[in-house]
Amino acid sequence: MNLNLTEDQQALQDTLRKFAAKEFSFAKRRALAKEGAGEAISATGFSPAAWQQLAEIGVLALPFEEAYGGLGGSALDTMVVMEELGRGLMIEPYLGTVILSGGLIASLGSDSQKETLLASIGSGESLVALAHQEPGKAFDAEVLTTSLNGPGDGLILNGNKAQVLYGAQSHQVLVSVNEANGISLFLIDSKAQGVTWHDQKMPDGTRVARLELNQVSVSEAARVGGKGAAGPALSRAFDVANAALCAEAVGIIVTLIEITSEYLKTRKQFGVTLGTFQALKHRMVDMFVWSETARSATMLATVRVATGTAAEAHWACAAAKVQVGDAARFVGQQAIQLHGGMGVTEEMAVSHYFKRLTCIAALFGDIDHHLGVVSDVLLAA
Amino acid sequence: MNLDFDESEVAFRAEVREFLDKNLPADIQQKVRSHAEIGKADTVRWQQILNQRGWGASMWPKQAGGTGWNATQRYIFEEECVFAGAPAQLPFGLVMVAPVIMAFGSPEQQRTFLPKILSGEDWWCQGYSEPGSGSDLASLRTRAERDGDHYVVNGQKTWTTLAQHADWIFCLVRTSSDARQQDGISFLLINMHSPGVTVRPIIMMDGGHEINDVFFDNVRVPVGNLVGEENKGWSYAKFLLVHERTGLALVPQGKRLLVELKAIAAEAMKADHRLRDRIARIEIELAVHEMTLLRVVSASGSKRGPGAEAAILKIRGTEIFQTIYETILQVTGGAYVDPAVANRFFNMRKLTIFGGSNEIQKNIIAQMVLGL
Repeated sequence: MNLNLTEDQQALQDTLRKFAAKEFSFAKRRALAKEGAGEAISATGFSPAAWQQLAEIGVLALPFEEAYGGLGGSALDTMVVMEELGRGLMIEPYLGTVILSGGLIASLGSDSQKETLLASIGSGESLVALAHQEPGKAFDAEVLTTSLNGPGDGLILNGNKAQVLYGAQSHQVLVSVNEANGISLFLIDSKAQGVTWHDQKMPDGTRVARLELNQVSVSEAARVGGKGAAGPALSRAFDVANAALCAEAVGIIVTLIEITSEYLKTRKQFGVTLGTFQALKHRMVDMFVWSETARSATMLATVRVATGTAAEAHWACAAAKVQVGDAARFVGQQAIQLHGGMGVTEEMAVSHYFKRLTCIAALFGDIDHHLGVVSDVLLAA
Repeated sequence: MNLDFDESEVAFRAEVREFLDKNLPADIQQKVRSHAEIGKADTVRWQQILNQRGWGASMWPKQAGGTGWNATQRYIFEEECVFAGAPAQLPFGLVMVAPVIMAFGSPEQQRTFLPKILSGEDWWCQGYSEPGSGSDLASLRTRAERDGDHYVVNGQKTWTTLAQHADWIFCLVRTSSDARQQDGISFLLINMHSPGVTVRPIIMMDGGHEINDVFFDNVRVPVGNLVGEENKGWSYAKFLLVHERTGLALVPQGKRLLVELKAIAAEAMKADHRLRDRIARIEIELAVHEMTLLRVVSASGSKRGPGAEAAILKIRGTEIFQTIYETILQVTGGAYVDPAVANRFFNMRKLTIFGGSNEIQKNIIAQMVLGL
């Protein structure tokens, strides 16, 4: 048993922390989050320059096998990356492109698909989105409305997808449909005939899109994975994504505690710093205990994703999403509270971190959903 | 990073399990499993059995007669003992006073006291709290005045756990009122059979006799029983605080109790999704809390300095443990419950109070970690 970071992981952490401090400044982040406000959103919503630098550092190719130009990193390396991206409050499309789509292509794709697609994701050339969720359905729904019709080589996609992370900015998109009693994935060009994107902003400024598929023709060659065989890989991808989101949340939570604790040491009322009041000290300690809890939960989920069975990973990711959700809620809300009036303004970083935490807690299943997962295991036992 | 125990650790676990299988007396195991009271005789008998195997003090170094185990081995040992239904070892001698005697005591004190702690021959209790000095321990007033080769001790200790069985008590006593409160305290070992020592039971709300008042009326204590230097006792007491990093995490105890809760609730849980969700949440919190403990265990292997881990572990461990008891109480019938079940719930309220109340733990974290 060993729960310490390796030297390589510490070096990666160090590199990313320095990079994020330089490239993901709050001012830049704030400007990017504001882009396109009040109009049909067209600007990228993230920094292509920062994305290229992440590619140069090797982070975009980190989880992929070396045979496909990757660095062969594990879920634990991803955890290190996500925590740092969380600390830096990055707005880049790492989760959708590298973790979800990259992960699905890596587990389902043919050799040639992996060669071309993983290389282009890893180099930062290509953004690949995942369009699975449908309006009014759960993020992990297995029964889909999007249809696949057509004879022979002339397959036609029709339907609507929702919550596609950085879909409107993507170059290609993985689309899920029901087929042969299961789920199939097709990779289509994001600008293909019949594809319409409705770009939206999440409350934290990150981009998410609605997708309309109207008579979009696809070929058999566009399949990623076997007919109706993508279900287990999708379920796995959401577990991996949730573990990664938890790590991002830990980075944010830790940062909020640093910022708030600093504020309590400098802000004076009644002639003394706020940090001298025991009610506020204990609130900060509660936040700190939650942050350690969130970190433990994230490590448990990540270790299970890396080395556990599918059932163990699924359980631990659900457990982590519950505890990190609790932690995110408490730390996020109290960080705002302890900043007083300043906390509710748009000019303070604390409010931006809080918004991101709030979105993370809702992405890919909220606390109730994941508590239900663990609860159902009890019923089955 | 991994959660897998290596080959030697797996073999060690098997060895511990086999030992427990063969050597844990069935009558003691039965008492532990049915939550019956474990008396002095059983506690001493179990200590002797462990000591015969060389496992009397899992946290002591080898040269002192301990096992010399690392943190992972200790974790495995404790878990196996709890799962097997072994009684807890008395902590006051083994875990609390022994490390202080080893670090600051004279060679003679080490020769005199340590072997009898190991063998179970001496029963120790802790003399810290006083009627006016609970969380504010440094305000304690029990006085020790030098008179030739003796200290003469006068005062009162309280909440003294199992003092009714004790041969010895380690006390914080005031030897000076000149300086800062903390700088006038000494660490004194007092024979409980000395003239002038009186023990008065305090009955807890569950009806049990665990704790006591201990009165000192002109008790003469040889100066040879002073540990370390006069007026340095506070720093020895603090050393103990830092030394013991994983003490009240209650992880294996919580896991065992959760198994019990799930068994009691098995039928009710099927129909009642609210209960199921409550138990699911406990299961999640305990698994995550265990991970925090494993992080501390793992980090101590790499010789990183101690932090405020013990405080976090105590806060979470005691909160979760109390919640499990509360849920057991609820499942077994709330107010109409078997008094024995209710009494265990009542008794466990002590967890968030003793060993430094959870509020004091928060003060420690605020100061040590957050710099507030």
